Amino acid sequence: MTVQEIHALLTQQFGSDVITGLNTEAKDPWIEVAPSSMADVATFLKSNEQLRFDSLNDLTGVDLLETDAKLAAKFPYEPAIVVVYHLYSFALKHRLTVKVKTPRWKDDVEGQLPEVPSVSDIWAIADWHEREAYDLVGINFIGHPNLVRILCPDDWEGHPLRKDYQFPEEYHGVRNL
Amino acid sequence: MALTLEDPRVVEFDVRTDEMLVNMGPQHPSTHGVLRLLLRTDGEVVHEVTPHIGYLHRCAEKIGENLTGPQWIPYTDRMDYLAAMNMNLGQALTFEKLLDIEVPEKAMTLRVIIAELGRVASHLVGMGAYGLDLGTFSPFLYAFREREIILDLFEEVCGARLTYSYITIGGATHDLPGLITIPPGLAQLTGHDPNMKLEWKDACLMFLDWLEKRIAEYHALLTRNAIFIKRTAGLGAMSGEMAISYGCTGPVLRGSGVDFDLRRDGEPIYTRMYKGYDFNIPVAPFAGVPGIPSEVLVGDNWCRFFVRMLEVVESIKLVRQGLDKYPSATGTHRVPFKMNTKLPVDECYLETECPRGQMGFYIIGDGQAEPLRARAKSSCFCNLSITGPLCEGVLLADVPSIVGSLDIVMGEIDR
Repeated sequence: MTVQEIHALLTQQFGSDVITGLNTEAKDPWIEVAPSSMADVATFLKSNEQLRFDSLNDLTGVDLLETDAKLAAKFPYEPAIVVVYHLYSFALKHRLTVKVKTPRWKDDVEGQLPEVPSVSDIWAIADWHEREAYDLVGINFIGHPNLVRILCPDDWEGHPLRKDYQFPEEYHGVRNL
Repeated sequence: MALTLEDPRVVEFDVRTDEMLVNMGPQHPSTHGVLRLLLRTDGEVVHEVTPHIGYLHRCAEKIGENLTGPQWIPYTDRMDYLAAMNMNLGQALTFEKLLDIEVPEKAMTLRVIIAELGRVASHLVGMGAYGLDLGTFSPFLYAFREREIILDLFEEVCGARLTYSYITIGGATHDLPGLITIPPGLAQLTGHDPNMKLEWKDACLMFLDWLEKRIAEYHALLTRNAIFIKRTAGLGAMSGEMAISYGCTGPVLRGSGVDFDLRRDGEPIYTRMYKGYDFNIPVAPFAGVPGIPSEVLVGDNWCRFFVRMLEVVESIKLVRQGLDKYPSATGTHRVPFKMNTKLPVDECYLETECPRGQMGFYIIGDGQAEPLRARAKSSCFCNLSITGPLCEGVLLADVPSIVGSLDIVMGEIDR
């Protein structure tokens, strides 16, 4: 199915409040979904007979922010955290990119991680991918069975792939010079 | 739980008979690098395995956000350091997809030759190291003897033996070399004069001829070895659905009976490289291959291993065809690409078939030369995530057998 057909099918099922965007200009066309409904949409994407997205190729977080004041004027994106799902159907051999956009901090309180429903019960691999996105980008996946850091040590502070991440000066007595 | 004198079990028997946590790694030789497995055991039976990773995390994605595409290529070498050429290729193709760069036919042919030689080298290590995991040392030495010659050939091509940075955006850094001195290992094995001069292409063909004759020996040493079959066949079996759900790719997926290979089923920018080449994709249960042991189940350790062994033969075929096409291929080895080329406000994701599975790169451009986000999706990361479910209820000694059959490289998992 083409991305337009998938978009039409999803809009018919969930309405345009949930399916909030479609970009067919991009190299990999994508559909944007409202964060609160992602788990329902993901279940539908996997189980619907016409879609059957049985494989989650990649799940990652992106921090859309330009910290350099000079470059910020030209920066083409609104500040946000985006979770990107790259799906593939082994059964029907088609691809889809799904995006979920949330504010950088929950309720705009710095330090409160934005919340996105977990899809780890739909695709098993999402368990580890979501742990990585939590660890590096700082996204709280609601409903994840074991949301702990995976690459950084458990006592690490901050989320390194955030654009405004401050590199620590010291870790357990080891100076970072 | 701390032991106390009041604990009746201690007073009575002086040994604890309940479950025990065993820490395996991160310096355990059969964990293929710095992987740490936490095993919950009851006697010899393992009830739960929890992999702990991140000991080799070098912030490759954060670094990628601060470098341009060509500058990031050396970091991709250090992800999967056993198949660095294939990693370079995946990264280069992703940038080419993003920037709509057309690669000449000659560069594409060259990439097939190099990437498939890299696959042979990687699978040789996979085979040898798996034998080592199961307690047989000889295949490891033979595998490294063969791989050494591939590394010598790569050294003639680009000057490096492990971290090549050879395949780059727009093609490859150099053309394939002409006249070279025969690699020392090859001269020794084939009985030629070590000072002999020959074309790189002929050295490559001489090596492939020699390697092809050795494959039956590997099968005798490992594949058909009764002890090896007992240690691998029927163990760690998983269904195709389970493999797909856990994101397993490459030989792990094909070992579970899913007929899928990105060289045939991938995106056009990747599959057009392999257009016109004749090769098979080995998939369990290996229809038409004689002598499959009766103990083998589809999706077990033996199948994953055997897929790699058959892929070596297919890669040799591909290299031969590539070398045939190379002299008549049109164009150059590279189209010029400026280091500071600005990326468009666009994004793309591309997966390529690396020896260990589908390696994905995801690049978002924001108008600067450095990408806004440079994501490397690791194939081994997904393959390793199946360890927990596969190891439930197996014997302690079978854990290295299962983990080894996934053929992981920690540099790629931790990035």
